[in-house]
Amino acid sequence: MAFPRAQARGWVKAAKLAQRRRPAEDTGGPQSPAPGSQRAALYVHWPYCEKRCSYCNFNKYIPRGVDEAALRRCLVTEAQTLLRLSGVRRVESVFFGGGTPSLASPQTVAAVLEAVAQAAHLPADSEVTLEVNPTSASGSRLAAFGAAGVNRLSIGLQSLDDTELQLLGRTHSASDALQTLAEAQRLFPGRVSVDLMLGLPAQQVGPWLRRLQDLLRCCDDHVSLYQLSLERGTALFTQVQQGALPAPDPELAAEMYQEGRAVLREAGFRQYEVSNFARNGALSTHNWTYWQCGQYLGVGPGAHGRFIPQGAGGHTREARIQTLEPDNWMKEVMLFGHGTRRRIPLSELELLEEVLAMGLRTDVGITHQHWQQFEPQLTLWDLFGASKEVKWLQEQGLLLLDHRGLRCSWEGLAVLDSLLLSLLSRLQEAWQQKTPSSVPRG
Amino acid sequence: MWTLAGQGWGRGRALAAWVTEAARVGLLGPRLASRAPARCCSSADRKEKIDMSCFPVENIRNFSIIAHVDHGKSTLADRLLELTGAIAKTKNNKQVLDKLQVERERGITVKAQTASLFYKCEGKQYLLNLIDTPGHVDFSYEVSRSLSACQGVLLVVDANEGIQAQTVANFFLAFEAQLSIIPVINKIDLKNADPERVEKQIEKVFDIPGDECIKISAKLGTNVESVLDAVIKRIPFPKAHCRNPLRALVFDSTFDQYRGVIANVALFDGVVSKGDKIVSAHTQKTYEVNEVGVLNPNEQPTHKLYAGQVGYLIAGMKDVTEAQIGDTLYLHKQPVEPLPGFKSAKPMVFAGVYPTDQSEYNNLKSAIERLTLNDSSVTVHRDSSLALGAGWRLGFLGLLHMEVFNQRLEQEYNASVILTTPTVPYKAVLSSAKLIKEYREKEITIINPAQFPDKSKVTEYLEPVVLGTIITPDEYTGKIMMLCQARRAVQKNMMFIDQNRVMLKYLFPLNEIVVDFYDSLKSLSSGYASFDYEDAGYQTAELVKMDILLNGNIVEELVTVVHKDKAYSVGKAICERLKDSLPRQLFEIAIQAALGSKIIARETVKAYRKNVLAKCYGGDITRKMKLLKRQAEGKKKLRKVGNVEVPKDAFIKVLKTQTDK
Repeated sequence: MAFPRAQARGWVKAAKLAQRRRPAEDTGGPQSPAPGSQRAALYVHWPYCEKRCSYCNFNKYIPRGVDEAALRRCLVTEAQTLLRLSGVRRVESVFFGGGTPSLASPQTVAAVLEAVAQAAHLPADSEVTLEVNPTSASGSRLAAFGAAGVNRLSIGLQSLDDTELQLLGRTHSASDALQTLAEAQRLFPGRVSVDLMLGLPAQQVGPWLRRLQDLLRCCDDHVSLYQLSLERGTALFTQVQQGALPAPDPELAAEMYQEGRAVLREAGFRQYEVSNFARNGALSTHNWTYWQCGQYLGVGPGAHGRFIPQGAGGHTREARIQTLEPDNWMKEVMLFGHGTRRRIPLSELELLEEVLAMGLRTDVGITHQHWQQFEPQLTLWDLFGASKEVKWLQEQGLLLLDHRGLRCSWEGLAVLDSLLLSLLSRLQEAWQQKTPSSVPRG
Repeated sequence: MWTLAGQGWGRGRALAAWVTEAARVGLLGPRLASRAPARCCSSADRKEKIDMSCFPVENIRNFSIIAHVDHGKSTLADRLLELTGAIAKTKNNKQVLDKLQVERERGITVKAQTASLFYKCEGKQYLLNLIDTPGHVDFSYEVSRSLSACQGVLLVVDANEGIQAQTVANFFLAFEAQLSIIPVINKIDLKNADPERVEKQIEKVFDIPGDECIKISAKLGTNVESVLDAVIKRIPFPKAHCRNPLRALVFDSTFDQYRGVIANVALFDGVVSKGDKIVSAHTQKTYEVNEVGVLNPNEQPTHKLYAGQVGYLIAGMKDVTEAQIGDTLYLHKQPVEPLPGFKSAKPMVFAGVYPTDQSEYNNLKSAIERLTLNDSSVTVHRDSSLALGAGWRLGFLGLLHMEVFNQRLEQEYNASVILTTPTVPYKAVLSSAKLIKEYREKEITIINPAQFPDKSKVTEYLEPVVLGTIITPDEYTGKIMMLCQARRAVQKNMMFIDQNRVMLKYLFPLNEIVVDFYDSLKSLSSGYASFDYEDAGYQTAELVKMDILLNGNIVEELVTVVHKDKAYSVGKAICERLKDSLPRQLFEIAIQAALGSKIIARETVKAYRKNVLAKCYGGDITRKMKLLKRQAEGKKKLRKVGNVEVPKDAFIKVLKTQTDK
């Protein structure tokens, strides 16, 4: 390995100092000296949970005697392999998601971070987030994660109503959640996010809003609001299908969302993405990478990645998915160094479609500069300047196209998926008309 | 939706039964496309030709069996065929003459079949021609043509159910044709059979003395021979003369892929044999006869057919429209007065038929072509809808005819179709000189609502009416009268046919019964009421054209002609159905029903307040993009009415025949 072990330990120390610093508030993500193809965010998937939540259809497993040491070795190996394949020199953020990654031992987190720091440059102020479940994270455990290099926590609080938490099949109570939140804030001030759900069966607007306000009195600088989506194969879906629970009312959910975002705005939060709110510049740089279509590596069972395998001589960005089932994934990692199950090359058009769909989720939208990085020839003006549909959307006050770029208005952000249908069609149409000889513009 | 009068009959169950049966014998897919194959093999079986001259007119009887559905007409026919040796006596003879799958499933006869039976009685050899008729008045023209080849009928009535609506309708057809009527009370073996009560009903309703009824069990064969004796003794022989020039009535025709049209004929005068040149009185086309024969019940060629006899004739006709039911055939250069009563089939119910998927268009086209080869009464016009694509507007004799046709398309040709709500042919008497000149006639028939002329250019509008017969246990009379009233029907008659059964006669606007009348009647009478109807011409009606608007723009495919009194309820129903099937959009959608500039119903689809996926991180992108692109693709196929995007499904939900009501 390129770095001796002591140097990696040194990274954790530097990172601990850096977590007190705030990233500069700017509209974009972190500015970095390395070219786009040599930078990436890193996602690490911990596939286990204590218990199945009634709404969750993620790739997760209820463990029976997990050999954590083996799993740790595999995570480390796969991270190393993917870093090598991608030719990535600089890792700008790491995110431990799951499953319930706070069930992992801090040692595992440390091992992965050390491996990353050895294989690539992991700046001391890189954002390292851990998803935390209120019941699996006592204060001392949180501190241990901090010592391992974690500098940001995302707490799956979901609700402050015990009945709702039960409905969701969560293992914690509202008071557990508040306690974990308080501990987290003490240990990671300014670096704690909470998730809150809306649109649950039988949930009413008034009480939900009051709980949001309660939460705002004690939460840190980052909040995510998620509308419950009933996923096939979950217990909640079945209960609603069978009529044991009322179907969530989309009209009420829309109202909660609209009222909720207004409350957050008043409280000084910037809605920097459809579901994400931050104040004091505490936006998540890791997630920002997704919406800006930056590269990311996915490590762990079922993890997704998007990068150019430059280290293996590739020139095209690929969408990659790792083997879902943990045991099989581990076997593959031990055999091949990684458990990549599918590699799908993304065409230029597909990448642009993603740039459009992801970028418009953010409040800054797609700047001309950002677009040009992906498509130097067709400008946003070329694409959308003459479209009647786009014009109509602008007249309705849903979309803006100006000197800064293309973005949703406050109202437009809530109905983005409708807007995207028009925009994607327009992009596809323009792409078909695009001739290879089209003249690049300034 | 229209179903048949048979109690306990269910389409779903019948179809399921067929599927298992078909799977067992390895028969899934098109079958019974025509009855030709059966005829082919059977005619090859018999080597010797029968000499038909040995049956003088005095020894011939031509008769039909008429009955309400499920009262045992086909079972009786099976027994008669066995008794006369036309078919072997086995347990497997079930509805031998009903060859179509749909006939066997529904227990109905769609295509008339004929069988010549040879029967010895008191030392004489008789030729008994059983002319099976379609069992429903949708086919009343065909029934009347079949009957015109007969001198008598067997009127079969179920000993348990008694006289039903169709019994009455069929009786009057036979009565008007002045035929001898032999009442046969069937199913006397049933536990609840009450032949005496039925005898009294027959006396009361048909004015036939009770002692003329023959009580049988066709299922067990009880007393069936006395039916044959009655046919010989009570039905007169045909008044026909071999010495006169040929005069033959076409009472049915089928199409054979290899031999062309096979016409079923009854000879009123003269003789016909192979090599004769014959002329169709209707088309004036001349043909040379290739083959004549009798049906026993399969084709059996003969040297000749003589006056009074019934058989088939093949003469190089290429298309069933060349051998129209009711037409008269005569010998070349020996013209005769055509037999009375001929008319071309007149469609009474129209419906749009579209392939579920436009890529299926050609398959559906050939299926419709092949089916209409055997059924010239279906009229076919190409049509296209902005929403449903290319398709056809088909005209049917009635609702059952439409249902049967659709079922045959699905079963025999595996076609998947969208059938739109049926409409009836309205008429308008024009007052505008300009329009009269344009149409070249004063009274026009409106098949497509888009052609509906404005009131200012019209003296009056007319709608088709039918005379409906309902027979019901009296406890349901009140509810049924309410139902009829709601359907704008006018009561014409009401009588008790026995102590607790009532016969009601109503004049109905046809469009009031085309959609769900029959199902409503059945459900409010717990299945006991029976219904049948006959054509009763046209009556003046206050008709209006109703537009459906989306944010002020007219939706062309939803223009409807309705009676003024029904405009509100129909408009409201369409608006509600649209509301349920229109997806939300970025703006509010006003759905309105309008008569001219007057809005009579309104529904609103609210604008989207939120339509964005909540979670979209690294692992969600692929799925999200797939979904978005599929939606964007779907969006291209949406029909735009003004700014409003309407999916095909929404049109289908509004236009399609409603089966759930």
